[in-house]
Amino acid sequence: MATKEKSQLLKVRDLKIEGYSDENWIEIVHGVDLDLNRGQVMGLIGESGAGKSTIGLAAMGFTRDGCRISGGSVEFDGMELTTTPESDLRALRGARIAYVAQSAAASFNPAHKLIDQHTEAPVQYRIKKRMEAQEDAMDLYQRLRLPNPREIGFRYPHQVSGGQLQRAMTAMAMACRPDLIIFDEPTTALDVTTQIEVLAAIRDIVDQFNTAAIYITHDLAVVAQMADVIKVLLKGNEVEEADTETMLSAPKDDYTKSLWAVRSFQRDEKARPTEGGDSVPVVSVENVDAAYGDVPVLRDVSFNVYAGMTVAVVGESGSGKSTTARCITGLLPPKSGSIKFRGESLPASYKERTKDQLRQAQMIYQMADTALNPKVRISEIIGRPAEFYGGLRGADLKNRVDELLDLIELDPSKFYNRFPPELSGGQKQRIGIARALAAEPTFIICDEVTSALDQLVAEGILKLLDRLQDELNLAYMFITHDLATVRSIADEVVVMKEGEVVEQGPKTEMFKPPHHPYTDLLLSSVPEMDPNWLSTVLEERGVDNIGESAET
Amino acid sequence: MNAFVVGYYALLIGASCLAAYLGKRQAFLLIFSLTLASFIMGIIGGEQALWTVTVIAGIIGLAAGVAYSFREFLALILPREGARVMRTAPLTASFGLFVIFTYAIAGIFAPVIAPYGEAEVISQSFAPADEKMLLGADQIGRDMFSRIIYGARNTVGLALVATALAFLLGAVAGLLAATKGGRLDQFLGRVADVVMSVPSLIFALLLLSIFGTNVAVLVVIIAIIYSPRVFRLTRAVAGDVVVMDYIEAARLRGERLWYLIRKEILPNCKAPLIAEFGLEFCFVFLLVAGLSFLGLGIQPPTADWGSMVRENATLITFGEITPLIPAAAIALLTVAVNFVVDWMLFRSSGLKE
Repeated sequence: MATKEKSQLLKVRDLKIEGYSDENWIEIVHGVDLDLNRGQVMGLIGESGAGKSTIGLAAMGFTRDGCRISGGSVEFDGMELTTTPESDLRALRGARIAYVAQSAAASFNPAHKLIDQHTEAPVQYRIKKRMEAQEDAMDLYQRLRLPNPREIGFRYPHQVSGGQLQRAMTAMAMACRPDLIIFDEPTTALDVTTQIEVLAAIRDIVDQFNTAAIYITHDLAVVAQMADVIKVLLKGNEVEEADTETMLSAPKDDYTKSLWAVRSFQRDEKARPTEGGDSVPVVSVENVDAAYGDVPVLRDVSFNVYAGMTVAVVGESGSGKSTTARCITGLLPPKSGSIKFRGESLPASYKERTKDQLRQAQMIYQMADTALNPKVRISEIIGRPAEFYGGLRGADLKNRVDELLDLIELDPSKFYNRFPPELSGGQKQRIGIARALAAEPTFIICDEVTSALDQLVAEGILKLLDRLQDELNLAYMFITHDLATVRSIADEVVVMKEGEVVEQGPKTEMFKPPHHPYTDLLLSSVPEMDPNWLSTVLEERGVDNIGESAET
Repeated sequence: MNAFVVGYYALLIGASCLAAYLGKRQAFLLIFSLTLASFIMGIIGGEQALWTVTVIAGIIGLAAGVAYSFREFLALILPREGARVMRTAPLTASFGLFVIFTYAIAGIFAPVIAPYGEAEVISQSFAPADEKMLLGADQIGRDMFSRIIYGARNTVGLALVATALAFLLGAVAGLLAATKGGRLDQFLGRVADVVMSVPSLIFALLLLSIFGTNVAVLVVIIAIIYSPRVFRLTRAVAGDVVVMDYIEAARLRGERLWYLIRKEILPNCKAPLIAEFGLEFCFVFLLVAGLSFLGLGIQPPTADWGSMVRENATLITFGEITPLIPAAAIALLTVAVNFVVDWMLFRSSGLKE
């Protein structure tokens, strides 16, 4: 670190950006300053809508469609980007400033091989000959610890996994050895075990080439690993900036403190009810096998959910968590085994279940955007289950909707007649919860309900769910890959891997060693708010096998 | 050099100077290139050519003026939501709306507006226009103007009913296919393929010669010919909607098929379907006109724009524009509908939400 050149690379002064909406230009970034030296990594954090990505893109002199830079200056290595003609900017991008997008899967062209896309920029800018660029790509793949570095570039994007693709994208950004790379939430779409590989790879490569980077994320623990300096943004304004150590140990602003405090929510674990009607599990999954066509996805899955308790089902993507939920709801009839509700077997397919059986199990979805019909009013979205199951009409129905809106802490008079697209992400998720509650269920499946939300909003949702559970004695099945969520809300934990239950038990037991090796991997992959966490974990695991450890 | 030519150039040059001074780049480029083009046209075509340019510019200006005032008018009289939409509408859209509005008035109040009956012979054949007959007489001495007005009712009305029926058939089948999937989807899809594989005009001619020519048969045949296109669009759009989580939620709630289609799927397919309705309406309209031109559409003496073009076609050889008037009526409506449809497509293509 000490040998790094410390000359200033990027200097942003009083940057103002406007966005066009409803025939008006509205200022979305209100005068932000930013300084970045060579080899320095700056973390930009804030909730969605804080202007993180917009500022990141403006550092390349670029704005999205419908946005414009309305004031201030962006100076990159002595060059004023806001007044540079578009053709010169284009020569700069890719060559001296590179961008790594959130979803590598959406950013790679599926019709071309990885290495062809990798070599395009250096060949285009005449920095390298095609063969040199190819050799260099393989070298970078090796440095990023991709398996088979000499061969992997000749695959198409769909033939490699998400984490590998994200690393290939980082390699591509390095192809011209840029002075500055902008990482826009590169690991948000990945699960914890993959995230750690990508983080390690990115950090190493940025160190090795002394590249400056802007790292945009809403995950504090991640930014703590990556950044030298952290800047907190709120609604297009800078809240505060400090180096990572100071920021973590002594945040000044109240907003920053509230961000830091998010992960503190935790509630006491409940024991299984032993007597009375509640001693029969509300839902029990018994030896369920399921398959999509001929491809088996679940093997011998069994667990119980008791009334008033939360069972968290964890595992990386593709481990069969959501498929289990589909079996319970009856969308995917299991091949063998059964789903029991209060001791009674449920018909395999939802089509054969009675209205009352359907009413008992409700679902809350991950993406509130697709889970609420954008063309239906809130009153109807929430009112329909009450009308459908409870037979409520007219004034009764209206009262019930008001009651439900009160329950999810939204003002009925404001939200009754609105449409979902007019709501924020957290509000939409609350409406999703209200819709599930309207059916008066005893069991709710929460499918990654908080993973698309910012941490502050997510915490609000978790607290709400917890309160509702206490008031209504609900049983939750909580599907998640975020172990922080599990820690805060779960009573029991079920760990799944490749369609099988690897381990299950009460939360406190699960978070105490000894673990199943896979549980251990999951647990140790959760980023912690300690800037040295990544280094420590990598040391423990041995740096070289990190790529493989996720695959065993 | 007479006063007109001098005034013509003075106006153009003055306008381009003004545009340049005010910094209106596009307007300046347009006016000044028109000035340059006018020099050449003036040399080649003389004063006549300049008159033509003036008349065309006048018509465009008039149309723009009508469109502008119609837009402001609608923005004033419509309720709040509609007014907001209208205020952002481009001039082409409000021009299209104005034309459609005019045609609708003409069609609905035809007997009141038209001075004579559609089959009433009042003069000699091909009589020229006079103060009694605005546009002259047709081949057996009926008033051309009255027949155009009645044509608006007959031709447009027929096309509207046929398109609506085609939409009912196609949209219902498409929604069913997308929601139910499986064999029903396959079956309906193949039926649509079969209907689409036969050229539409030939198919219509064939069916009309089998079932005879009357209005009801005509409507049903046109609806059948055009429903597969609606089916395909609806199925594709609805196919994107049925995979959404909110449909899954509704299914898990135990909702019936009809509720799913009506409340959950249809509102999300509305925008592209309305746009498609406009386009299909133009096609149907042209097919009806084409069939009438071939003598298989609406039968005489009922006034119909397509057959009016054919009946008066001989006049073209005498340099009269009478047969082109119904053709122009068809063209104007088609253009107007497309203006409105373009606007709707623009509005539904993601700028909202």
